[in-house]
Amino acid sequence: MEIKWYIVLSVALFCIGVAGALTRRNSIIVFMCIELMLNSVNLLLVAFSKMHLGDAVANPMAAMNAQIFVFFIMIVAAAEVSVGLAIIVMMYRNTKSIDINFLNRLKN
Amino acid sequence: MGTTQILFWFLSALAVAGAIGVISCKNPLYGVLWLIVVFFAISGHYVLMNAQFLAIVNLIVYAGAIMVLFTFVVMFIDLNEHPEIPKNIYLKAAGVIAAMCLLIVLVAALSHSEANHLAMRLNTGVGLIKYLGRTLFTEYVVPFELSSVLFLSAMIGAVIIGKKEKELKEKKLV
Repeated sequence: MEIKWYIVLSVALFCIGVAGALTRRNSIIVFMCIELMLNSVNLLLVAFSKMHLGDAVANPMAAMNAQIFVFFIMIVAAAEVSVGLAIIVMMYRNTKSIDINFLNRLKN
Repeated sequence: MGTTQILFWFLSALAVAGAIGVISCKNPLYGVLWLIVVFFAISGHYVLMNAQFLAIVNLIVYAGAIMVLFTFVVMFIDLNEHPEIPKNIYLKAAGVIAAMCLLIVLVAALSHSEANHLAMRLNTGVGLIKYLGRTLFTEYVVPFELSSVLFLSAMIGAVIIGKKEKELKEKKLV
């Protein structure tokens, strides 16, 4: 496959994630949209790791770094989800709601 | 059209349909299920790109662990008592238009690139577990060990945040 279709697919997934994060008020769904954006970026990184600029890169195994990077993104995302969901549960316990507009009160 | 291309278009359609399902569902539980569909489609893409290790890790970490956490929290929270109040229609339209503008700008900016027609090289063995493991445990061993510290701190943080404040005060932790 040509690389451009992977770029279009990743951009489409990322933009759907952005649209969801902007239009929904349920904090769990907003969080899921953030996961969607992270995954679209991972997909693009893996696609780029398979693309070599002719013979410009002497050693094709140098592309391994991209996949290691994706692996670390997944690690950080797992840690982030555990803390984020704990925060959502705490917010539900204190306000009995998971509407993100309730977080307005943090302003003052 | 070869098998690879048919599979590519099928998985892409599945991923985009799942993503639209995530942002348009009423009940967050269905959103979680749609998101699992998206993750499976992305894992299929990884397999197509000969990145088996990441495909398996994606399935285990995302479709397995993270989605179980999400399901647990969705079931923990009683949404029938407090249904989601939809956003103002103008705000919704503004959000969708902003996202579509981003899509158009990115696609238009990238569509004239000269590197667009590069075919992917699939038979290099870059994504195989053998080579990835060797790189991970030689070049990247320090970040790999640091990530275990990150997990430990995330676990402690989640426990501390998740505890009820009353309990913490009784034990004089705060």
